[in-house]
Amino acid sequence: MIGLAHFLTVAAILFVIGVLGIFLNRRNVILMLMCIELLLLSVNINLVAFSAFLGDMAGQVFAMFVLTVAAAEAAIGLAIMVIFFRRRGSIAIDAADQMRG
Amino acid sequence: MIALLAFYLFATVTIASAVLVIFARNPVHSVLWLILAFFNAAGLILLTGAEFIAMLLVIVYVGAVAVLFLFVVMMLDVDFSSLRSGFTRNLPFGLMIALVLLAEIVIAVGAQQAGPVLARGAAAPAVDAVSNIEALGTALYTRYLIPFELAGLILLVAMIGAIVLTHRSRGDVRGQNANRQISRRPQDATRNTRPVSGEGVTL
Repeated sequence: MIGLAHFLTVAAILFVIGVLGIFLNRRNVILMLMCIELLLLSVNINLVAFSAFLGDMAGQVFAMFVLTVAAAEAAIGLAIMVIFFRRRGSIAIDAADQMRG
Repeated sequence: MIALLAFYLFATVTIASAVLVIFARNPVHSVLWLILAFFNAAGLILLTGAEFIAMLLVIVYVGAVAVLFLFVVMMLDVDFSSLRSGFTRNLPFGLMIALVLLAEIVIAVGAQQAGPVLARGAAAPAVDAVSNIEALGTALYTRYLIPFELAGLILLVAMIGAIVLTHRSRGDVRGQNANRQISRRPQDATRNTRPVSGEGVTL
């Protein structure tokens, strides 16, 4: 029988893959944004699994809010990336040194 | 039995395509693997009985976010091979971080299972009483009304922000002047003439 632990395991593995992707692709901004989407997806799986197994609707409501924020973040992140590409002709993250951060 | 089979199928494909997202050489392939991961995650969520969230995942993630990624990847003419230069250099460090994170998650789940942190509720009584979408709607429009409206505000800000950031006025394109269009009157634009038959008209 499928228990809560199964879903938590899948979400944990997905989260670790997302973090690994951020660390491996230190230069490609598009891939980093995709990895952030993977992280948020794993969080969503956790929220929905807890919501279903505890019989509480709040988890699904918050999964929807996470989805909203993920969509907004993808839109803004890609827009920033597009103007960055127009300016510098590259999306390498180490080209973003104008503010000396 | 079929649920078990479906769970393992969805879980395996989700994790395999998530791995392929970060290891694919071509970023277009990365986005396509991401779409596959989203689809299978939606299947996983469907198995828990949260069908509305699963459909939302397909519509929002696959239909909007992944297509946006695909659009941007194909629109920008980026030399992606040069972006992979630090890949093998970052591999040991990245794997170490990932292993530490995985160990911490395993310890946390083990500690949670050793002692009861929460009292286990019965398996979804509220969801069984009414349909999932009805329960979600009731929660969303009563108790979580203000956060729901704030989520709409976040989307509005994101939309306006994305338009403002990416919009550029180009000098070589004649744009539409709505003010001039609206303020145009018939008596300024047309003229009544009384042409004599057989002589044609002069404009």
